[in-house]
Amino acid sequence: MELFLQQVFNGIMFGSTYAIVALGLTLVMGILNIPNFAHGHLYMLGGYLLFFFAITLGLGYWAGLVMAVIAMAVVGMIMERIVYRPLNEQPHINAFIAAVGSLLFLESFAMVVWGAQGLRVENPYPQMIDFMGVTMSVQRLLVIIGAIVLILGLHFFMKKTIAGATIEAVAQNREGAMLTGINVNRVSSMTFAISAATAAVAASLISPIFMLSPAMGAILGMKAFIIVILGGMGSIPGAIVGGYLLGLIEALGGGYISADYKDVFAFGALILILAIKPTGLFGKGEV
Amino acid sequence: MFTKPIHTKLLYIVIFVAALLLPWYVPDAYIFQVVITSVIFGIAASGMNLILGYTGQATLAHGAFFGIGAYGVAIMTEAGISFWLALPAAALISAAVGLVVGVLTLRTKGAYFAIVTLCFGVIAWIVAGNWIELTGGHNGIYGLGDPTPIPFPFFGPIEFTTQTSMYFLSLAALLVVLFALYRLVYSVFGLSLMAVRNNEPLADAVGINTFATKVISFVAGNFIAGIAGGIYAIMMASVSPSATSYLLTFNFLIFVILGGMATLPGPVFGAFAIPVLMEFLQFLQDYRHLIFGALLIAVIIYFPQGFVGGLRRLNQKIAARRKQKTSES
Amino acid sequence: MLRVENLTKRFEGLVAVHELNFNVTQGEILAIIGPNGAGKSTVFNLITGTLKPSSGRIFLEDQNITGLKPYQIASRGLSRTFQTTSLFDQLRVIDNMLIGYKYRTQLGFWNTLFHTPRWRAHQKEAFERAMETLNFLGLAQKSEQFVPALSQEEQKRLAIGIALVSKPKILLLDEPTGGLIQEETDRVTDLIRKIRDQGTTVCVIEHKMQMIMGLVDRIVVLNYGEKIAEGSPAEVKSDQTVIRAYLGEEVDA
Ligand SMILES: Nc1ncnc2c1ncn2[C@@H]1O[C@H](COP(=O)(O)OP(=O)(O)OP(=O)(O)O)[C@@H](O)[C@H]1O
Ligand SMILES: [Mg+2]
Repeated sequence: MELFLQQVFNGIMFGSTYAIVALGLTLVMGILNIPNFAHGHLYMLGGYLLFFFAITLGLGYWAGLVMAVIAMAVVGMIMERIVYRPLNEQPHINAFIAAVGSLLFLESFAMVVWGAQGLRVENPYPQMIDFMGVTMSVQRLLVIIGAIVLILGLHFFMKKTIAGATIEAVAQNREGAMLTGINVNRVSSMTFAISAATAAVAASLISPIFMLSPAMGAILGMKAFIIVILGGMGSIPGAIVGGYLLGLIEALGGGYISADYKDVFAFGALILILAIKPTGLFGKGEV
Repeated sequence: MFTKPIHTKLLYIVIFVAALLLPWYVPDAYIFQVVITSVIFGIAASGMNLILGYTGQATLAHGAFFGIGAYGVAIMTEAGISFWLALPAAALISAAVGLVVGVLTLRTKGAYFAIVTLCFGVIAWIVAGNWIELTGGHNGIYGLGDPTPIPFPFFGPIEFTTQTSMYFLSLAALLVVLFALYRLVYSVFGLSLMAVRNNEPLADAVGINTFATKVISFVAGNFIAGIAGGIYAIMMASVSPSATSYLLTFNFLIFVILGGMATLPGPVFGAFAIPVLMEFLQFLQDYRHLIFGALLIAVIIYFPQGFVGGLRRLNQKIAARRKQKTSES
Repeated sequence: MLRVENLTKRFEGLVAVHELNFNVTQGEILAIIGPNGAGKSTVFNLITGTLKPSSGRIFLEDQNITGLKPYQIASRGLSRTFQTTSLFDQLRVIDNMLIGYKYRTQLGFWNTLFHTPRWRAHQKEAFERAMETLNFLGLAQKSEQFVPALSQEEQKRLAIGIALVSKPKILLLDEPTGGLIQEETDRVTDLIRKIRDQGTTVCVIEHKMQMIMGLVDRIVVLNYGEKIAEGSPAEVKSDQTVIRAYLGEEVDA
């Protein structure tokens, strides 16, 4: 029982990361119809920026986190402006290729600047808490709480602010939104900023627990894609539920499925599901 | 209808002769190795170009099919099967896996297809690293023998022990592949591939079975990847999971895009020019993907047809201007 | 020739086509008219298999083609054009025609790879037919040009040509003169008449009444997805329901 609870706790923690990262991706995919293959790499860069601000510049964890999030919002906007916007009217395939280009660029950038070796952000809250027989470090708890706060905040933003409502309108019907005079370029830019910033939050929360490495974004980015495709492109609830679900499945299934092949099952499941339903489980159409 | 201007033909002849004589002027064994690898990657990139460039399906599993060819040859030759049998067999296995994967994934569109093929690519890579009994795990399989000599009347058997022989083996494969692609692409069949890329609903409406067309292109492209992988394994005398890695896929993608998507010489040019250039720019080695990532973005935005496509356009412009002049005078 | 029985198509919360019955007889030109959003294009999409009907059946020469895929229906001799001009715009004019003819040939993978005698024969036949059709369309001079270099009228002609090159039994044209000026419209109208005179049955969606009146044999009028009238141009013109449906629009423009 205690082992089970421990696994559930870990699953929720990983799920929190997945949910946030998938959330950012689903926004961008829903709004722009662009698969940002580099989204996982934005997450990776967010982690390194935390390291840069918090450790290298010595600002400390929380100030570093805020700076990393702001910096990543700017990176997201730059990416939208110089990589994706010029490809708006081009065949879709060109946007995928540009996305692969961004991914290679970002990974290599981190490699050149910070090296291939893993880096550690010192854990600001290493204390352990014992709760119903489950031991958890405060930082791990912080990941979970941080994710909830972020999700609630985003929900509030989407439902209660005009900017959020505009994003949702564009996500649901791009052409229609254009007709009503919404500046789609501005919405795109804003969405990318939010997407990259949320990825930075996820990375900042989790990087005191795991090592940073330039390659850490690749697999996570793919998992985010799986969640988004299964949960429905542009669907925020889909991304959240899917994120937590994947975290739990991995944590609980870890004991039964060999760890080496863990990802094979997730990716294989995606292939099979798309073979049966090419537009995804809740797919609203094609990209 | 599908003919080329005369100076282009001349250029190809010059390149062909230069390629034939290459072993006699290549500076050293190391560069020679780079060149042979380029020839092999040129084969693989040409296969990717069929799927990606001509048919417009953004496959990100090409490295996996290259790897299947490589492991196929390694495992079969280890088991005592002649390389000459193992190579086509491995390519056929690549094609067969391609058929299964293609049928499963090609009903998805655009981004979904890209991500689902990437998933398959990662699966292949994980399996290569972990199925120790078959693939040797992360160490891979090494110490493969040379291909058996081919008995040849008058000249005696052709041996495959030297770099030069490996080079000609790869070059011959490249030429055969390019010849086959030339036939496929410059034909009504090739137009049907481009029809799928350009306007799928219309292709469908004029009676083209678009799904079958995509599957054929995917299978053929992966067959070619399998050939390239098989030759790569025997040339390296070993194979490891990196031969199935998605990084390899991204490299092929770079060759195709920078060289010229949907042109026959483009991917081959890319596969040559880029690694050879990198050898001369050793100090940039660490920045390799930084540069190529940025180049990929810039090229796809400003020159989506890559180097060869750009040259072609220039050529057309010059020809048009010349025509105009003669008609004016 | 073509028969539609109780055809119905529901989109979420909207009945775009409702219990529609009509048929197109061999050798005629039939027009489908109706106000914007009446469901005309949807009818075409149902017939050609682009959309699946909610209910109802479609027969081509007494064979049930309901539920077949678009390419299967096309290869049974039913061709169509789209409302927004749809072409292979990355390719040349001649290439567009060859693609339109491909299903008629056996220019598949193996024949092409090995240049079999059959490949030779079919490739030659395809080129000849493509050039013949381009001549017919008045586009032979432009065969080597890329599509974007064509004028709007030429593009409309080419779109018809892609559908025509495979010698269909019946040709469905969705607003073939949409966006063209009077002069161009007249030329395209002549082209459609010529196509019918060569023995191809034609079904055309149009808005331009004047053009239809002089061209077609019969008219089916749709409104809100239902057939409200059917008959010769003269009959339809004086039909009270039709006039009411078009109230505010000029029937005789
Ligand atoms: N794929 C679709 N999903 C939902 N609704 C659709 C779809 N296609 C068409 N409709 C709706 O069905 C109705 C009929 O559309 P259709 O395009 O057939 O009209 P039309 O008669 O061709 O009009 P027009 O003269 O403007 O071309 C319209 O209200 C349209 O919005
Ligand atoms: Mg219409």
